[in-house]
Amino acid sequence: MSNKFKLITDGLVKNNPTFVLLLGMCPTLATTTSAINGLSMGLATLFVLVLSNMAISAIAPVVPDKVHIPVYIVVIATFVTLLQFLMQAYTPAMYETLGLFIPLIVVNCIVLGRAEAFANKHGVLESACDGLGVGLGFTCSLTVLGLVREILGSGSVFGFNFIGGNDGMLAFVMAPGAFLCLGYLMVLFNKYLKKN
Amino acid sequence: MEYFLIIISAIFVNNIVLAQFLGICPFLGVSNKLSTATGMSMAVCFVITLATLVTYLINQYLLVPFGITFLQTIAFILVIAALVQMVEIVLKKVSPSLYQALGIFLPLITTNCAVLGVAINVVTKEFAFVPGGMLNLGQALVYAFATSLGYGLAMVIFAGIREHLALNNVPKAFKGVPIAIISVGILALAFMGFSGMVK
Repeated sequence: MSNKFKLITDGLVKNNPTFVLLLGMCPTLATTTSAINGLSMGLATLFVLVLSNMAISAIAPVVPDKVHIPVYIVVIATFVTLLQFLMQAYTPAMYETLGLFIPLIVVNCIVLGRAEAFANKHGVLESACDGLGVGLGFTCSLTVLGLVREILGSGSVFGFNFIGGNDGMLAFVMAPGAFLCLGYLMVLFNKYLKKN
Repeated sequence: MEYFLIIISAIFVNNIVLAQFLGICPFLGVSNKLSTATGMSMAVCFVITLATLVTYLINQYLLVPFGITFLQTIAFILVIAALVQMVEIVLKKVSPSLYQALGIFLPLITTNCAVLGVAINVVTKEFAFVPGGMLNLGQALVYAFATSLGYGLAMVIFAGIREHLALNNVPKAFKGVPIAIISVGILALAFMGFSGMVK
């Protein structure tokens, strides 16, 4: 039991996909214009990651080695299409906001990376835990980055404006702010959280 | 006229890396040296234009008539993966020198989200300066080619910056990726100067 719990917590700091493994940079930068957008993108990726990890660990023993990458991509693309249907039905506004980056979860290196590095050698339950851990790590990083950009860029937290008026620094909601905030957050992560 | 607007918009105003955040992983991964950056840009240019041609036709003549556009994601990624494999085999046979130059970059491109991103963009996004909003085949190809030129431009500029960065003494916590990303941020600030030129 503690072993599975460790798999989940590892994904948060030691194997944090954004700050340590540097995977999935595109959605990280593009969708974190506010905390709620970052959180939604993180949860969407978590959904695909857990399901594809489970499915791939279940089918891995029977997939011939030569075609395993195309097979994994089709499995991942199937879950992404499922997610697109679900979001169109239940959260159409968020689906519009995240736009292109929902179908692009297919080519998010985190998902294929976990399938290759973990799911094809482990059992279904462990793979689900691993997907959950890495997905939560990704969600946390995206929410934190979104929070910082939202505070600096529009002066609000999860949509609640605390400075009055619209006097944020607009550049932080736009492209340059994404790179600058992520860069400085990485510096802080390296300095205070990373061991060695 | 709209071809000119498409080109300016795709290269400068909506630069694929600095404004649309597509293809960041290879952008950070292979921009250490100017020569590898040029090789990667050429490979990306080639694959994006070819993939857009094929996916546009598949969407137009297969997915739309049968009403199965919801299969776009699955169909496109499969086509791109197959295409990259095929390009690799054909190049190896036809032009070994070009294969040598692009060689190691080709397999990496399947998972470059810029390719899938452009392919999805040309069939779903509405462009204000194009009559009717949607791109036709010629415009789609010009858009894809110009976008990949924008990718190459950003890549080559950034590789030049990074070669200088490597010679400097940066604080320990900033070393490597963090300082690179902060430099991209400053580069993106410069590119923000183009915004508003084309709506």
